[in-house]
Amino acid sequence: MSSDRTVAGVSPARTARPLNLADLTNVMRAAAAAGEVVGVIGGGSKINQGAAPTGLDVLISTASMNRILEHAAGDLVITVQAGAPLADVQRHVASAGQWLALDPPEVGATAGGIVAAAASGPRRLRYGTPRDLLIGLTVVLVDGTVAKSGGKVVKNVAGYDLGKLFTGSFGTLGVIAECTFRLHPLAPARRVVTVATDEPAVAAQRVYASGAVPTAMEWDGATMTAVFESIESAATQQAADVVAVLASTGGEVGEVTDTVPAGFGARPWRPSGYGLKLTHRIGALTEVLAVVRDTLPEAELRAHVGSGVTWLGAAYVETEVIEVLRTALAAYDGGVVVVEAPVELKKQIDVWGPARGIDVMRRIKDQFDPEHRMSPGRFVGGI
Amino acid sequence: MALRTYECDGLASYRCTPGVVVLAKTTDDVAYVVSRCAERGIPFVARGSGTGLSGGALPREDGVLIVLSRMNRIVDLAVPDERAVVGPGVINAHLTTAVASDGYYYAPDPSSQQICSIGGNIAENSGGAHCLKYGFTAHHVTGLQVVMPGGSVERFGGLAPDPVGYDVVGALVGSEGTLAVVTEATVRLSRSPQAVQTLLAAFDSIEAAGAAVSAIIAAGVLPAAIEMMDALAIEAAEAAVAPDYPAGAGAVLIVELDGPTCEVEANLADVERLCRQARAYEIRVASNDAERAVIWKGRKSAFAAVGRISPDYIVQDGVIPRTALAQVLAAVEEVATAAGVRVANVFHAGDGNLHPLVLFDESKGETERAETVSNRIIDLCLEHGGSITGEHGVGHDKKLHMGKMFNEIDLDVMQLVRCAFDPDGICNPGKIFPTPRLCGERPGRRSGVHPLQEAGVADVF
Ligand SMILES: Cc1cc2nc3c(=O)[nH]c(=O)nc-3n(C[C@H](O)[C@H](O)[C@H](O)COP(=O)(O)OP(=O)(O)OC[C@H]3O[C@@H](n4cnc5c(N)ncnc54)[C@H](O)[C@@H]3O)c2cc1C
Repeated sequence: MSSDRTVAGVSPARTARPLNLADLTNVMRAAAAAGEVVGVIGGGSKINQGAAPTGLDVLISTASMNRILEHAAGDLVITVQAGAPLADVQRHVASAGQWLALDPPEVGATAGGIVAAAASGPRRLRYGTPRDLLIGLTVVLVDGTVAKSGGKVVKNVAGYDLGKLFTGSFGTLGVIAECTFRLHPLAPARRVVTVATDEPAVAAQRVYASGAVPTAMEWDGATMTAVFESIESAATQQAADVVAVLASTGGEVGEVTDTVPAGFGARPWRPSGYGLKLTHRIGALTEVLAVVRDTLPEAELRAHVGSGVTWLGAAYVETEVIEVLRTALAAYDGGVVVVEAPVELKKQIDVWGPARGIDVMRRIKDQFDPEHRMSPGRFVGGI
Repeated sequence: MALRTYECDGLASYRCTPGVVVLAKTTDDVAYVVSRCAERGIPFVARGSGTGLSGGALPREDGVLIVLSRMNRIVDLAVPDERAVVGPGVINAHLTTAVASDGYYYAPDPSSQQICSIGGNIAENSGGAHCLKYGFTAHHVTGLQVVMPGGSVERFGGLAPDPVGYDVVGALVGSEGTLAVVTEATVRLSRSPQAVQTLLAAFDSIEAAGAAVSAIIAAGVLPAAIEMMDALAIEAAEAAVAPDYPAGAGAVLIVELDGPTCEVEANLADVERLCRQARAYEIRVASNDAERAVIWKGRKSAFAAVGRISPDYIVQDGVIPRTALAQVLAAVEEVATAAGVRVANVFHAGDGNLHPLVLFDESKGETERAETVSNRIIDLCLEHGGSITGEHGVGHDKKLHMGKMFNEIDLDVMQLVRCAFDPDGICNPGKIFPTPRLCGERPGRRSGVHPLQEAGVADVF
């Protein structure tokens, strides 16, 4: 593995690329014996998210743990190694008319990386985020302990759900080795409706009022795209109903198509720019957009309308502006995460913002990783 | 004697009179009681409505039972945010009632929804008939306020999505009251569907009904619910609430579809066709809410109904991969016949969650045999790659099965979570885990000051 791989700008002293679970366990044991600080990388598509680690002796790549272990098609369940690229998983299950209902935009993302970063995309509106689809997990802890939780059935309440804790943990609790997910049937048809609007929240209410159930509603700063995925007749009918409602209220509605527009679901920032994730009460979208227009008029925006998540991109964002936005978003129960920013800046600012319940989170960290050797400093509150 | 009211939950075979019962009215009440317990190392157990079926709320003689049912205020209906903030004692169905006129509902719908509390639902990660499409309680809770076992009040998550940090809300849901006491919850409100269609199909056999389920799923239809009842369960339902299901059925399926009208109508036609292909001999489609209610009445009252045909019964809860349905049910039948007891089957067929009801007569000394059959059913679930519980929880009742599903190491790692919340082991102790464990250094762990910490690079929090 090339040594140019870094974690939020920090270079590892060495890298390891285990071939399987046993190998990974050995790597972790050796690192434990040497007291080394460990980092984890999947496809590397989100490796610059989060804060820079405060140390990094060995960077473990899951690239060679990329197999699909078991696809129980009749049960709509799949188990994969953490390094399996999402694209491979989708290709595999598509042959059975199924899909793993996650669509984060980052290219090259792996199953384990998506879980570790809790990455999501437009269709979270209908299917939720990785926490909602992960049903079982095998992890390797910092001392090489291998543990599993959950199982291979969708419905299961036996024991604590470690999957929830590891989802979005950014490598700070242990290494995700294998994941089991619930799958969904692939819808046979898609219809896409677009409407020009600077009030996406209002447009969304009209969509809902028609009785239609969109799988995604994305706003790119000028246009809202509503996606309907179902059987042919129902996708067509829903799109027609929505077009009628939107047109009757004076919206500029585009041609109904069966493909999503270019850039659908993409984040609104460029490499070496700044990217922020704003979260807020679902009903506060209009207010949040107004706050951003006042604070950062030049910012590019993408909103997961109806989900309470808005992405912001800009060439440059002053540190004070981040704080201004945090204060403003707090009024809508939300926050601001600095996703993309120059590495040097990331070392100076709090990329996550305040976390509710941080004391308990520290206690969880101390239990799983008492010596703080797993991706230290990457996470909220310096965890 | 008033304390006797609280000696058991919905699983009456375990009883214990609590040392003290506290009827909490506020978060402060709970924090006060828990703090006093923490000072003295006294165990406490949270209790909602007491409908749990795994002995999760089984009290302790040497402990305090904290009853949350009076904390039943709906604190906030944030309909534009699709959220409600509720006290833990709010009855599940009351929340739906409160938001129905706005066109919303609270999706998790356990059969006990008229009486069970949302706090209890959260502790058990309760499901319901409609969780096939809409998920379990875990998918519908976005924020929690809790009293920690040390007595402090903490908040996690809230009205907005994706709170930063560990998904503590996710870890708390389903933890069966062993990590903290929930004193307020923020939950999702779902938009009521434009259309609902409910279909009842009668088959000669479980196998035929099972084949219909597989065909529906394979066709890519995702119904809101697919429920199945076998002949004995139907007999019980008829005796209790007379839903008038088709006579002579070996099994009935209840399939409910919801969503946009155009989708529901098309799916309904598909489901009807697939049921007929699987040799359904009678199909009824509810033409209005009253007919829908009648179809559901038989299913929702099934547990209580078997009381009409058997003096005693055990409600079992296990999960299997849906594709193993026919195979496992045949094996269950075999086990039951060999032991000379009857088993009525009611289940969430769509997600493979079985609820075999093992019928017996205690006065005839059949208890032990029934328990053996019930345990054997759990083993069958595990042998087919399933789970020891799909929604009723481990509680006190299934602790010993945990070791069959997870090894010692898995359980040790779960214990790490426990120790982060409840290092002194006073929060509903003796539940979920087969053997009590103390929190402390794990064997083989290095201790001492970390080099990075020494160098001032990192801090140990
Ligand atoms: C007829 C019948 C039908 C049922 N149908 C279903 C069904 O379809 N699906 C299903 O999932 N379950 C079902 N159940 C089981 C039961 O109703 C659920 O588990 C329910 O969620 C329990 O809620 P409760 O308020 O009665 O909790 P309780 O029984 O009072 O407590 C259950 C557990 O939750 C803990 N607890 C309660 N409140 C809190 C709190 N505020 N903070 C922390 N811990 C707490 C308790 O300590 C205990 O461990 C059924 C039960 C019956 C009797």
